[in-house]
Amino acid sequence: MNTVVDIGDVSFAYGDTVAIRDVSLTISKGDFLGLIGPNGSGKTTLLHLMLGLYAPDEGTIELFGEPVSEFADGERIGYVSQQATSRGGTMPVTVREAVTMGRFPHAGHAPLSDADHDAVDDAMETVDISELADKQVNQLSGGQRQRAFIARALASEADLLALDEPTVGVDAESRDEFYRLLETLNESGITIVLIEHDIGVVTDRADHIACINQELYHHGDTESFVESDALTEAYGTSGQVVHHHH
Amino acid sequence: MNFRRATELVGIGATALLAVVMLVFVGLEWLQGYAATGWLYDQFIIAGMWLDLYLGTNVFSHSFMWRSIATAVFVGIVAPLVGTYLVHREMALIGETLAHTAFAGVAFGLLFSATTGWDGSLLVVALVVGILGALGVQWLTERTNAYGDVPIAIMLTGSFAVGTLLISYGRGLSGVSIEEYLFGSASYVTIGGSQLMAALSLIVVGVVAVTYKQLLFITFDEQAARVARLNVTWYNTLLIVLTAVVVVGAMQILGVILVAAMLVIPVAGASQVAHSFKETLVLSVLFGQLSVLGGYAIAINQGLPPGGSIVVTAIAVYLVAIFGSSGSVSALSTH
Repeated sequence: MNTVVDIGDVSFAYGDTVAIRDVSLTISKGDFLGLIGPNGSGKTTLLHLMLGLYAPDEGTIELFGEPVSEFADGERIGYVSQQATSRGGTMPVTVREAVTMGRFPHAGHAPLSDADHDAVDDAMETVDISELADKQVNQLSGGQRQRAFIARALASEADLLALDEPTVGVDAESRDEFYRLLETLNESGITIVLIEHDIGVVTDRADHIACINQELYHHGDTESFVESDALTEAYGTSGQVVHHHH
Repeated sequence: MNFRRATELVGIGATALLAVVMLVFVGLEWLQGYAATGWLYDQFIIAGMWLDLYLGTNVFSHSFMWRSIATAVFVGIVAPLVGTYLVHREMALIGETLAHTAFAGVAFGLLFSATTGWDGSLLVVALVVGILGALGVQWLTERTNAYGDVPIAIMLTGSFAVGTLLISYGRGLSGVSIEEYLFGSASYVTIGGSQLMAALSLIVVGVVAVTYKQLLFITFDEQAARVARLNVTWYNTLLIVLTAVVVVGAMQILGVILVAAMLVIPVAGASQVAHSFKETLVLSVLFGQLSVLGGYAIAINQGLPPGGSIVVTAIAVYLVAIFGSSGSVSALSTH
């Protein structure tokens, strides 16, 4: 089974406002997919549809070969949102506690085992935040906090990592480090779907690109995207495009 | 740090011991009709007389005071326990809302018993109506997409309005005073009321122990919890029903108007000084217990109602916690 996400002719509207129209997309195991599009183009909606947070109005979505609504292996998906959406800013939760949440789907109502705690230690080691384990999440910098959320996904032993503009408000140096970490994880076999407004970052790091603005304008490997006109078509000539200069 | 941990452990141990003693009292009072337990119950009251003699008080020789203190000790454990999740979900006023809903339940129960001659427990009616109210709040928030101020305010005032209408309508039909329900009372806790609170407390502690992880995850990051395939709606509903249960129990001591205090104030203090979520839970319960015992000491000493005394003590503990935390911050910055 090499298909991780299979989206077939999916449409979705918020009331009368169409967000996604007839999108079909397949993500294979080991892909690093950059999901790009202008503001309000439905990127986050598409990601949420993939993860089963919403049900599509039309079309089908499968996760790891199962209809997404019936998919129950929550531990196989790691999700990192823009940092503002969790309560990490106000709640006294330590990094270790936050990362341990990745083991909760495994443990259910039973107490955590030694293996669970080992997985947490390993995950913190991998993203290099072991020395921050007893710090509160709200005392971390933006970059450290996002690495903690990646560690939560690793502790969960996720096969699929979904990230929605994870580096908003993170300084440039930490961003580079963060994306290097994502590349390393991808090389180790984790499938990654990344929403990112900085197209330069996406073309640098991702091996596949899906460009959407309600409809899918392009889906293919990064080279074919760079050679195509998808960007101008999706963003329109008046659209603002963030370029990354080297 | 180790001293701090040790103090917390001793505090939790003492709280657990106190809770067990109170459970034993409630159990003995329940079973006092039997020879062996009746004898033990008498010994408990005799011990209370000795305590009164040593302390120069007139408190511990009365079973109604033990009932009242037992109920308060249970409230001091379960209210901050559930409150820790509520406060960090920004649902602090849910407790107040459900108290008002439960008040409508009491009013309905009064009217029902006055018109039909039914003499069941008003608290059980309040519990049923409170839980229905909790499910109602959950239903509203599912449809309005947030635990926003507006559905909460509508529910809070609406159920209180219904309560006052029922009471006015039934005035003259029942001789029961509504004041105890509004303001709470030390002398009002019935045998049934203390038994109900003991049973509910055991249930709440058990449920929180089993669902600690799930409640923490939905509180910290609801969207990630959904992605991890936790049944977020179910755990939200569970949390809000637990709140209704705690509120109805606490209403006996604190009254409808003050009941939210024990869900919120100990947690607010604990969140100031705690390093982790687990420590927040521990300190919330300890601060809750301090508030209850301190409040009772003041109430007994000065002949004041316990509700107000407990809340004022809780706020004093909260202020000390704020002082303590700013003190530790400045101590850290000198390193």
